[in-house]
Amino acid sequence: MGAIDVAGKSIEVDEDGYLLNLGDWSKDAAEVLAKGEGIPLTEAHWEVVNFLRDYYDEYKIAPMIRILTKEIGKKLGKEKGNTKYLYELYPGGPAKQACKIAGLPKPTGCV
Amino acid sequence: MAKPIFDIPNLDEALKTPAVKKGASAHLKIHPAQPPLMEKLGFPPALVEGWQKKAVEKLGELKEKYKSLKLFMEVCVKCGSCADKCHYYLGTSDPNNMPVGRQELMRKVYRKNFTVGGALFGKLANAEEMDEETLKEWSTYFYQCSQCRRCSVFCPFGIDTAEITMAAREIMDSIGAGHKYSVEIIGKVHDVGNNLGIPKPALQSTLDFLEEDVKEATGADVKFPLDQEGADVLFITPSADFFSSPHVDSLVGYAKVFHAAGIGFTFSSHASEFANFGMFVGNYDQMKKISERIVQAARDLKVKRIIVGECGHAWRVAYSFWETLNGPFDFLDVKKPMHVCEFTHDLIKKGALTFDKTANDEFTVTYHDSCNVARASRMGDAPGGQFEIPREILRAVCNKYVEMPDAVNRQKTFCCGGGGGLLTDELMELRVKGAAAKTSALKTVMQEKGVNTMAMICAICKAQFSKVLPYYEIPMETVAGIHQLVSNAIRLGEK
Ligand code: SF4
Ligand code: SF4
Repeated sequence: MGAIDVAGKSIEVDEDGYLLNLGDWSKDAAEVLAKGEGIPLTEAHWEVVNFLRDYYDEYKIAPMIRILTKEIGKKLGKEKGNTKYLYELYPGGPAKQACKIAGLPKPTGCV
Repeated sequence: MAKPIFDIPNLDEALKTPAVKKGASAHLKIHPAQPPLMEKLGFPPALVEGWQKKAVEKLGELKEKYKSLKLFMEVCVKCGSCADKCHYYLGTSDPNNMPVGRQELMRKVYRKNFTVGGALFGKLANAEEMDEETLKEWSTYFYQCSQCRRCSVFCPFGIDTAEITMAAREIMDSIGAGHKYSVEIIGKVHDVGNNLGIPKPALQSTLDFLEEDVKEATGADVKFPLDQEGADVLFITPSADFFSSPHVDSLVGYAKVFHAAGIGFTFSSHASEFANFGMFVGNYDQMKKISERIVQAARDLKVKRIIVGECGHAWRVAYSFWETLNGPFDFLDVKKPMHVCEFTHDLIKKGALTFDKTANDEFTVTYHDSCNVARASRMGDAPGGQFEIPREILRAVCNKYVEMPDAVNRQKTFCCGGGGGLLTDELMELRVKGAAAKTSALKTVMQEKGVNTMAMICAICKAQFSKVLPYYEIPMETVAGIHQLVSNAIRLGEK
C-alpha cells in the first residue's frame, strides 16, 4: 500500500497504484496517476477516462473493451474505434492502465 | 506494453536447459491477501500464532487425506528427468523452479517431521523445520508454479508437482498467508457471481450490446439471453468472455452456434463464472462452493443440460470434480457437463452447421493446447478427444491449419506462463519469462510456416499471451479463441 501526492494532499493507493477510495479521484489526481504511468493526457485520453467514469457510475464496473472501443469510434472517428488505437493511447492496456487513471478499481480475473 | 525492467529471454535459446542461477527469481513476490479478503473465505486474517507448528500439522493432515501427496513426498529418486521440463526453470534458471527443486521445498519439511532419518539427522538428511526462511521460500516458489503438470509427464513415478503446489498453498492459507489475486477473486464470486465482479445490470447491458453489435455486423438476430427460465441449455463461461478481447469474439461464436443450430440457451446472472479459483488456492471447499452456484442456476432455470465455454482449469474442475463435489446431476437430462467444443464438433459431424472457410483465409492458424485440457481432462467419448476435437473444429472452419512441433504439442504442451493463479501484474517478469518456451515454438511455426494466428480454448492463455507476446515483438492479435474462428466462418442462414 502506498500514497500519491495530489496538490499537496496525500491519497491512498493499493499495491498496484490504484486509488483505494474512488471518491479521492479528481482531474488533478488523474494527471498525477497518468504521470506515474508516463502518459501525457491528451483530449483523446480524456475521452476514454470520461467514458470509463460515466460507465462505472452507472454500472459499478468498467465496460467491456468492445463497448469502450465502439464508443471511442463514435466520438473520435471510426478508424479509432479499435483495440489497437486504445493501446496506442494506453500502452499498458485500456482496461488496466486507463482504469487506473480514471480512478476505477483494477479489473480482476482472467484479464 | 509497458517498458520492461528485466531481460527478455532469447527465443532461440528458450528450449535449451540453462545453467543454474541460484535465487534468480527469488525477488518475484506475490501481493499478500489483506485480512478482510482472507476472512471472507474463512481463512485466518493474518499469520496465526504458532504457525510453524500449525503448518506442519496441516501437512500431516493432508498427507493422510491425499494418499498421492504422501506417495509423492516419499518416492522421488532424484533422477532429474523433470528438471528441465518446467517453463519457469527454462525461463528463469532458478533451481527452485526445477520441479524436483520445488518439491524439495516441501519434502525437507516432510522429512524433518514425518521420517525417522530426517528427525534424527536434520540437515544432513536434507530435513528442515518449517521456519521463517522456509515460509519465505514457499510463498515465493509455490507461486512460481502454474500447476500445469508438464513435469509429471516426464517423471517415471508420475509425481505431480501441481498437487504439491496446491497442498502448499492450502497449508499457507490455513495459517493466514494467502495470495491477494486468487483470494480477492474468489471473494467476488461469492459476492457477485463472477471473477470480475460484474453485477447483473452490467451483464445485461453487455449482452444487449452484443446482440445489437452482431445484428449490425451480420443482419442476423443472434440472441444472448440472460436468466431465461426453461431454456434447453445453461451456458457457463469465464467472465473474461464478457469483458476482454479477444475473449468476447468467442462468446459471439458460441451464440452464433446456438443460433445456427436452433437450440435455446441462457446465461445466468447468478452463475456468471466458469473459472474456479478454488483450484488455484488448493481448496476443495472453495471449489465446491464456487461450482454450487452453477448447480443452483441450473435448477432455478430448469434447464436440461449444462454446456461450458473456453476455459482450461475450469474444464478440469467440471470434468474431474463436479460430480464428486456437487453431484449427482440427476435433475438434468444430460448428467455430465459438455464442453462447447464437443457441442460444436457434434453439430459439425451431423452436418448441422455450414461454414464459409474463406472467411478465415487471412489466417494461417496453429493450435495451443492448454495444460488443464491437455493433461488433466478429456473431451468427448474417444481417448485423445481433448486433442482431436479442437483441431477438427479448426480444420472445419479454416483452410490453413498448421501443427506446432511435436516436442511442445498435445500432452507435452508448455503452459502459457500465466496459469495456476499467476495471471497477476506483480508477477509480470515471471509471466514473460515463463512464456518463452511456448512462444519460441510459436515463433518457429510463424517463421517456417507463415502462421499468424494461435488458437486456444482458455481465458487465461488468451489474456496471458495477449499481454506477453508483444514483449517478444509478436502482435497480440495473434491470439484467437477457437469459437472466434468459428464465428468468422459460420453461416447464419440469413443476411
Ligand atoms: S506443474 Fe508445471 S509449473 Fe509446476 S513445476 Fe511442474 S512443470 Fe513447472
Ligand atoms: S522425474 Fe520424478 S523421480 Fe525424477 S527427480 Fe523429478 S520428481 Fe523425482
